[in-house]
Amino acid sequence: MNRHLLSINDISREEIESVLATARKDFLGLPQRNIKKVPTLRGRTIIDLFYENSTRTSTSFELAGKRLSADVINVKSGSSAAGKGESLKDTVLTLSAYRPDIIVVRHPHVGAPAFISRFTEAHVINAGDGKGEHPTQCLLDIFSLMQVYRSLKGLKVAIVGDIFHSRVARSNLLGFQKMGMKVTLIAPPALLPRGVEALGAEVSHSLDDLAGADVIYLLRLQTERHQDANFMPSLREYIDRYCVGRRHVRRGQRVLHPGPINRGVEIESELVDSDGNMILQQVEAGLAVRMAVLYRIIVDNAVPAAPAELKEGGRKIKAARRTLNRELQKTS
Amino acid sequence: MSGVFLRTVVSADQLGRTVIRIAHEILEKDQSGDELALVGIHTRGAFLAGRLADLLEQFSGREVPVGELDISLYRDDVAARGSLTIRPKLPHPEVRGTNLPFGVDEKTIVLVDDVLFTGRTIRAAVDALFDYGRPARIQLAVLVDRGHRELPIRPDYVGKNLPTAVGERINVLLQEVDGVDEIVLEGAAE
Repeated sequence: MNRHLLSINDISREEIESVLATARKDFLGLPQRNIKKVPTLRGRTIIDLFYENSTRTSTSFELAGKRLSADVINVKSGSSAAGKGESLKDTVLTLSAYRPDIIVVRHPHVGAPAFISRFTEAHVINAGDGKGEHPTQCLLDIFSLMQVYRSLKGLKVAIVGDIFHSRVARSNLLGFQKMGMKVTLIAPPALLPRGVEALGAEVSHSLDDLAGADVIYLLRLQTERHQDANFMPSLREYIDRYCVGRRHVRRGQRVLHPGPINRGVEIESELVDSDGNMILQQVEAGLAVRMAVLYRIIVDNAVPAAPAELKEGGRKIKAARRTLNRELQKTS
Repeated sequence: MSGVFLRTVVSADQLGRTVIRIAHEILEKDQSGDELALVGIHTRGAFLAGRLADLLEQFSGREVPVGELDISLYRDDVAARGSLTIRPKLPHPEVRGTNLPFGVDEKTIVLVDDVLFTGRTIRAAVDALFDYGRPARIQLAVLVDRGHRELPIRPDYVGKNLPTAVGERINVLLQEVDGVDEIVLEGAAE
């Protein structure tokens, strides 16, 4: 992994597969143990800096850090100095003086995590920046799908709902395509960002197009972000045309939702309670995947420091092997 | 001209006999009755543990449970050495982690590894085991002891003592992974 995880584009397909393999191998089974903790990040400090409400992302990052034995500090905007008028830059400089190893940040403004990464030595992980991105959500969704599908290549996914305000839609559109999946976006015209077709997705305005999908990915209607403009004639009309219920889902289709869900708005209550959806599997995956991300961002960026003699011996052997191979090629 | 020398120090026949001898020694020392279990350390230790379990069953007529341990989360050099050994080189869908299909409480656990060097891997393995329960005792079986210990750890069963220089390498090759049974000493020839 790179120094920071700000966008799903910071991580290649091969790295995604490798990080998710770590999640599956090392962390998925951990909650079944009596001792649900490993000493891997003992002595490390993680600051979770949340300027926006969050339940699953903040709890899963906190738990992920704690189960890796790191010291985890939660800073929430409501109770921090940000409420006293401190700028984001100053907050980050202050917190960085404690020498954290990782800062996990959620912020209502796009680009805040990238901005923060300029003022700190710590690794910065984007846990959601406004309408920007939410890369760890994308990773856990890919992980959840990999648990049920042998290969994601060629899989058709329909992302449905408030695409315009959704950082999850943005990260997942990029991430799903990276894994070879075909993405269709289904939303009313006003809730689709202009020019989104250029990112390679099909666009539709009707739930009829769910029929061709293998995976249905539902998004929450983010009414709290609708204050600045009129995005829909009425909530009732949205529900009539875009609320997905059991009648829209045929056998074999998988339904995902990043949460929090609004029953009866983007998803019918019955569908939430049926076993056709993967919502709780996604939450479970979230913990394992975030543990893998915290672990790998430290390990992959660590400076190699093998004992000097060992390194010296290894170098000599490698150099000698190269010479040997060259000579073998010459003679053959 | 600098070159690399490779010397076969243990042949396939010898390796097979050595594993058989270790199995006999484990049985000879065993006082735990049915409470014996083998735990192999990834990757080659796990295969050796499998072989030992087969032999123990053959010699004693009783089935000995066998598990495998991945110690990467318990290493003491997560920070420093990092990606050298921990990072999976290629995404591998079948990467296998720890698998202990039995409770470790009150068991006599024989840890199995191919090469004993600094002892740090064994320290990590002991720590990992304790997160799964409280074994009655832990013993250590290794195919090769190459010296250079950095921790107060000693093996209970040793296949072969091979004094080495720190810069040299011992490569244990096993049929299951490498297609051949052999122990090779690798070093830089001046």
